[in-house]
Amino acid sequence: MSLKALDYESLNENVKNCQYAVRGELYLRASELQKEGKKIIFTNVGNPHALGQKPLTFPRQVVALCQAPFLLDNPNVGMIFPADAIARAKHYLSLTSGGLGAYSDSRGLPGVRKEVAEFIQRRDGYPSDPELIFLTDGASKGVMQILNCVIRDQKDGILVPVPQYPLYSATISLLGGTLVPYYLEETDNWGLDVNNLRQSVAQARSQGITVRAMVIINPGNPTGQCLSEANLREILKFCCDERLVLLGDEVYQQNIYQDERPFISSKKVLMDMGAPLSKEVQLISFHTVSKGYWGECGQRGGYFEMTNIPPRTVEEIYKVASIALSPNVSAQIFMGLMVSPPKPGDISYDQFVRESKGILESLRRRARIMTDGFNSCKNVVCNFTEGAMYSFPQIKLPSKAIQAAKQAGKVPDVFYCLKLLEATGISTVPGSGFGQKEGVFHLRTTILPAEEEMPEIMESFKKFNDEFMSQYADRFGYSRM
Amino acid sequence: MRRFVIGQAKNIVDQTRRRLQPHHHHHHNNLRLLSLLRTPASDSTPRLFSSSSDMSASDSTSSSLPVSLDSINPKVLKCEYAVRGEIVSIAQRLQDDLKTNKDAYPFDEIIYCNIGNPQSLGQQPITFFREVLALCSHTALLDESATHGLFSSDSIDRAWKILDQIPGKATGAYSHSQGIKGLRDAIAAGIEARDGFPADPNDIFMTDGASPGVHMMMQLLISSEKDGILCPIPQYPLYSASIALHGGSLVPYYLDEASGWGLEISELKKQLEDAKSKGITVRALAVINPGNPTGQVLSEENQRDVVDFCKKEGLVLLADEVYQENVYVPDKKFHSFKKVARSMGYGEKDISLVSFQSISKGYYGECGKRGGYMEVTGFTSDVREQIYKVASVNLCSNISGQILASLVMSPPKPGDDSYDSYIAEKEGILSSLASRAKTLEEALNKLEGVTCNRAEGAMYLFPCINLPQKAIAAAEAAKTAPDAFYCKRLLNATGIVVVPGSGFRQVPGTWHFRCTILPQEDKIPAIVNRLTEFHKSFMDEFRD
Repeated sequence: MSLKALDYESLNENVKNCQYAVRGELYLRASELQKEGKKIIFTNVGNPHALGQKPLTFPRQVVALCQAPFLLDNPNVGMIFPADAIARAKHYLSLTSGGLGAYSDSRGLPGVRKEVAEFIQRRDGYPSDPELIFLTDGASKGVMQILNCVIRDQKDGILVPVPQYPLYSATISLLGGTLVPYYLEETDNWGLDVNNLRQSVAQARSQGITVRAMVIINPGNPTGQCLSEANLREILKFCCDERLVLLGDEVYQQNIYQDERPFISSKKVLMDMGAPLSKEVQLISFHTVSKGYWGECGQRGGYFEMTNIPPRTVEEIYKVASIALSPNVSAQIFMGLMVSPPKPGDISYDQFVRESKGILESLRRRARIMTDGFNSCKNVVCNFTEGAMYSFPQIKLPSKAIQAAKQAGKVPDVFYCLKLLEATGISTVPGSGFGQKEGVFHLRTTILPAEEEMPEIMESFKKFNDEFMSQYADRFGYSRM
Repeated sequence: MRRFVIGQAKNIVDQTRRRLQPHHHHHHNNLRLLSLLRTPASDSTPRLFSSSSDMSASDSTSSSLPVSLDSINPKVLKCEYAVRGEIVSIAQRLQDDLKTNKDAYPFDEIIYCNIGNPQSLGQQPITFFREVLALCSHTALLDESATHGLFSSDSIDRAWKILDQIPGKATGAYSHSQGIKGLRDAIAAGIEARDGFPADPNDIFMTDGASPGVHMMMQLLISSEKDGILCPIPQYPLYSASIALHGGSLVPYYLDEASGWGLEISELKKQLEDAKSKGITVRALAVINPGNPTGQVLSEENQRDVVDFCKKEGLVLLADEVYQENVYVPDKKFHSFKKVARSMGYGEKDISLVSFQSISKGYYGECGKRGGYMEVTGFTSDVREQIYKVASVNLCSNISGQILASLVMSPPKPGDDSYDSYIAEKEGILSSLASRAKTLEEALNKLEGVTCNRAEGAMYLFPCINLPQKAIAAAEAAKTAPDAFYCKRLLNATGIVVVPGSGFRQVPGTWHFRCTILPQEDKIPAIVNRLTEFHKSFMDEFRD
């Protein structure tokens, strides 16, 4: 046999180093069990429709009409589509050059980018420029494009929260950069302490790393906290002082489950701070159609907005976007619909409000059921899910369990999550996939299982957990912590 | 799979630790860096604060910004993508200006021949495909009786069949990172029907268009500039751009224009040896068949030689087969490289082969959907796991693109309700493309100093223009490549947008442009006239 060009040893090391736990060992085992006929509750990915959430009707009607534009010429189209959906479909088709089947501008359809800019302006009270908004195939693609522009080599560092959504660690690995972690304080409701940030940056610099960017995820993934305005001001000031571009992952901005801290965008806070900061701090904000009450993950639609990025750099980002030709057009239309939903007086308005409120209110109740459920379990503590789609309980594993994990060749939280999966069918992601303090273990679940199934799920979790804790109970107390 | 998942905990930071602390290999404390970073401020901190505030006080120009031209990834600066480059920007400005300033131009519309984007030029989508997509987009339609009056019966059946393959019928959910299994089954069956050799759905990775698949493979193959990829010249600039972005080396092999853009094995060997002598390890050979921008369709015999070459030299064969449905001449036929390899008796163990397919091309031309797949064969399972992992970071490709990719590989069959209309639409598009290719090729060959190989396949003509010295001098004075100079003049005189050959690379000293065959048939005579007139006046101005 002749030599192979692509054997494991010769693969790009950056690829080998990259980790992405959300679809890792636990997910694969769960898929196997499902094939064997076991009922699996997938709470590993924020994928609402997979767990039975129904899509909003109006956007699906509009996109169906755009998929089959010949329906618009059929006199009977009004029998199965409301007039406002028909009008909207015509509107979006008029923004394209060739419908859903033609590549758009590589930055996305200009008409949709204008609607996004208007939405941002309504949300923040400050103008937004459609030329600085790029539509993407989901927010992840945008994050990858931007990090690709920022990272030159392993001397370039990106500040990333720990715990973090592993998209960041995976992408930084793939691009050969260096992840500079900053800890969120679990005991302070996953708060972000700017003093920690300073230390992280100073430490990294003393080791020859050029820290270039800072990632915040607000509301937090996997941690579910909502950042306060005061905290965002500190962060922006910090980015200004340290000359960092701020990457604001704001994909969960519709998912808020408490009233003390409504979502506030980094862009608004920055503009509120006024000059010179508002003219200096570089900010890139990300959004998506996959989250919120839309949950249209399968569409792969998103955008990023750039603030204070010099025009020639924007052109370079445009060039890289153009190599991928264009983001998919139907998701661009979903994005247009998300930022300009039906208005009062429209035929579909009432139904749209009913559906979206129904989803959000149920998510709020589920966040409560879930965190309360976790907190009722032995050796489990969980901050309330203020926003986003996840609970991130801490599991205080007894040292006997940690020993057993080591014997099985597993990281302790992976060991726990695998046992949980086998016993209950609940598929979670071990905290180690997101990063956590040494000796502390977590898991991430989504709050997305159907509300009516939630009590039963929490009961079976509790039963498993409490038995696990008894089985591995230490002689002297339960936890190392 | 386990191997890369074990130790998740440490790996996020482990790598960082390794890089930051080359002298501390012996520490096995996984989270050492994190705890280090959390120690109270050391005495170096005040110095850092003052230095950073100095920086913010002294410098407010854009060069001090974290993200500016001086500080972005140089690989980004280096890559080029001419299909949407300068000429297209000028065209877009002209188009905007035309709306208000019609009389200022000798033409009344911009005709985009720069990009293979058929539906933007009026090509209609295949009705059956769109019916199925509409039903899958809004599944409530399937419960309405009126739907039966508006949709063909087999589109309704097909939509049900597809929805049954999607867990929970949820077209709004992320799928398996390789794509929905049932759809991959349909694609594998389609490949099997096409080639007569088995295809495994687990070998299929569905992607947002073919381009992300190409990027993924480059990412795996390229570690540094010492890794080379053999690419045809002229080539579709996705390859040069992707190689530049990943920091590898493009190893060119020249197609022979005189023999209809022939691919000579002796040229491959020569370039491979040349690269080796420069210390470059060639990892893969990219072949575009049918060719882009060159339009040739490889003969089976030629393909066999290519397969043997890759096998012998241990190269991954990257087969860009996105134009497999676009063949316009009766004496040529598309053969997939996998079929050729298998018919030579080469199996999984003999050759590593990746075949790329897209829904953007063919008779369907569904560019805006961003659907495609790669079929990956001949890799060890540990490499396959890595491909899956990289795919999973982006979660999955878009679902309507996935559905369409499965439809393209399993279209209506004889006896189905839509079969006749499907065939009529398909053949209408393909025969019209063939006649447009012929008309344009003949017109180009009539121009003074222009020679053009026929478009046997794909969507492009790539004529060679023998530019007069005076024109080359004028281009140099204008600081433009001579072919770009010609293309800009063409645009300004006629509104026709083509891409200069330099965007695809070409034999030094020769000049070309790429022109799609996609404008609708009724526009072709006017294009021919305008092009002919322009070329004549250009030659009159610059003839030596």
